[in-house]
Amino acid sequence: MEILLTYLKVFAGGGIICTIGQILINKTKMTSARILVIFLLSGVVLELFGAFRYLESFFKAGVTVPIMGFGSSLAKGALKGAKEAGITGALGGGMEAVSVGLSCAIFFGFVFSLIFKSKTKQ
Amino acid sequence: MDKEQYKQYVKDTAPRSPEVRTLLPAFFVGGLICAIGQAISDLLSLWLKDFEKDQIAALTSAILIFLGALLTGLGVYDKIGKFAGGGSIVPITGFANSIVSPAMEYNREGIFFGVCAKMFTIAGPIIVIGIAVSVLVGIIGMFL
Repeated sequence: MEILLTYLKVFAGGGIICTIGQILINKTKMTSARILVIFLLSGVVLELFGAFRYLESFFKAGVTVPIMGFGSSLAKGALKGAKEAGITGALGGGMEAVSVGLSCAIFFGFVFSLIFKSKTKQ
Repeated sequence: MDKEQYKQYVKDTAPRSPEVRTLLPAFFVGGLICAIGQAISDLLSLWLKDFEKDQIAALTSAILIFLGALLTGLGVYDKIGKFAGGGSIVPITGFANSIVSPAMEYNREGIFFGVCAKMFTIAGPIIVIGIAVSVLVGIIGMFL
């Protein structure tokens, strides 16, 4: 029963965030790059003010899977780096925290773009 | 028919904007992708017991990014996107999609200026702003 409740929270959290994204698309006709940047920055801000932690403990993947999670990791890594390693940590901590995701995005993006050709242009 | 009546008439007969109808698919697909992410994370922490929480989280996003990129390559993700809109853009899989989709489109312009350069037409601003802000946050963090 508890696991069901957890997944319900995850589903609701992710659903609400994506619905907000959809409302932004409907109301402002923003491109997806802008939408992604807005959510990324909101993740950074929420992390800075310490609110992301509470959202994460309640919604779990519901807030970390949306790109807000990426922003939160960047900010969390930068703050952690600044505290532990001073200037080098402050400069590199954010990138370090998202390095696995970013590397995978570039690597898989590259590989799959080479393998598959766009179907719309044939 | 006076002005007010006419306005009401137009309001009643004009085709309903699809706005409300786009919200539900966005909610369900977005929720579903996050639930899949949670399931991947739960399975990983069962399987890799000695991994730290951060490592599980990193691996989970890696798998989601892999899936997003693969489904984009297969042409499935764009179909989901047509239906789900924001539900497919906002999750991290949408980030992977934003990399693969333009890269694939410009595949025939060659590896260098086709794939490698065009990969970042949408993801570029996100990465640049994200990294720049993280450096600022880090510098602020030194004075906290």
